[in-house]
Amino acid sequence: MSRIILTNLVRFLVLVLLQVLLLKNITLYNLSTPYLYILFILLLPFETPNILLFALSFILGLTIDAFYDTPGLHAAACTLLAFVRVLFISITVQKDGFDNEPEPTLSIMGFRWFFTYALILTLFHHFFLFNLEVFRISEIDYTLSRFLLSSVFTVFLMLVSGLLFFRKKERK
Amino acid sequence: MRNLLIFITKYNAFFLFLIFEIASLIVYLKYNSFQKASVINSTNQVTGNLYARADEVKGYLTLREVNDQLARENAALRNQLKSSQYIDTVAHKKVVDTIYKQQYEYIAAKVINNSINKRNNYLTIDRGSREGIEKGMGVIASNGVVGKIAFVGEHLSIVQSLLHKDSRVSGMLAYNKEIGYIQWGDDMNPRKALLVDVSNNAQPKIGEPVVTSDLSLFPAGIPLGKVSKLKAKGTGFFLNLEVALAVDFSKLEYVDVVINKFAKEQAGLEAQEKKADE
Repeated sequence: MSRIILTNLVRFLVLVLLQVLLLKNITLYNLSTPYLYILFILLLPFETPNILLFALSFILGLTIDAFYDTPGLHAAACTLLAFVRVLFISITVQKDGFDNEPEPTLSIMGFRWFFTYALILTLFHHFFLFNLEVFRISEIDYTLSRFLLSSVFTVFLMLVSGLLFFRKKERK
Repeated sequence: MRNLLIFITKYNAFFLFLIFEIASLIVYLKYNSFQKASVINSTNQVTGNLYARADEVKGYLTLREVNDQLARENAALRNQLKSSQYIDTVAHKKVVDTIYKQQYEYIAAKVINNSINKRNNYLTIDRGSREGIEKGMGVIASNGVVGKIAFVGEHLSIVQSLLHKDSRVSGMLAYNKEIGYIQWGDDMNPRKALLVDVSNNAQPKIGEPVVTSDLSLFPAGIPLGKVSKLKAKGTGFFLNLEVALAVDFSKLEYVDVVINKFAKEQAGLEAQEKKADE
């Protein structure tokens, strides 16, 4: 139990630092910006109680907001992300299978499941984030292209990090 | 009552979602008018410190460019020195200048956090209310306009960059003095902006400089950019021009905050006038 808390704490810190010190400065063609920090919410254990899940998402969002000078924006998007996560997991994962599958990582759940999971959650998060940030229907074409290309970039980075920390033993 | 509780616990995810979503949206929408929410930004202790550290490291990488820029600025300033100009009349006694008095003062500041890739970009600088910075002051770099102060902390302030959807700076074409205003285009190119609402009588040329007008909060004549395209999107009753910005926002290291000594007087007078109108 304490190991799970420690790993998640470290993951939180590393992802926030990575996001604000490195990924914040990366943009491809003014269109594609990665928001890898949401990987933290994606990788929380299956058994996380809902209240904790939402509280953590909200805190993560606010932390990122503090660095991005946009209070509430990322928090709102992360809260939506947490809600979509709850729905997605309740649809695709059987409740009694939690004992040998503690965390929704790439190495435990397999490539197909993880890819769909990451893609759908990222799409929801980014769509909400970009539209809330711009909040203008007249720029919808730029917003949509930014949303799509950024999602591709983020999912790509998620898969890369999933493969980087791939542990074969865990698959039973 | 019991059924209600069962209902809420069964769909707890949805209710939690509602609570947190509404909380964050309130924080988001109130940010600009709500001073207390400004704890959550880069003027607070933790975020400010972290950015200052990261910037120390980054500062080394851009030393060469900063040096170049300073050398150029030094040369330009030296050209303006009395000692580098000759006097072609008989020498006069020096008198204390009573006609020209300082209207603008400048405070140099270092940029410790910067972004150019969002729809609304902000910079954080390492000067705050202790150094006399107030909300609404203009910020320039050595080669042009950067933005205006949006939030002031004790030691740090946040600058609303020109690259922001709500930024508007009054500008004019340098040669034929036609006035318009500069705003950032929606294609989010950090090197381009639009000069909009220019009168159709103006006959701008490509490469013509665009500078701040007397109507802006900056001293008149500070460069904004150069005209790069004559007919930009949305030209109709008024002329819209595309302008290549003078400042390279991705490489900002040092900026100057402009203190206009008449700003308070002007704001006070204009407020009075507004009241009189109503």
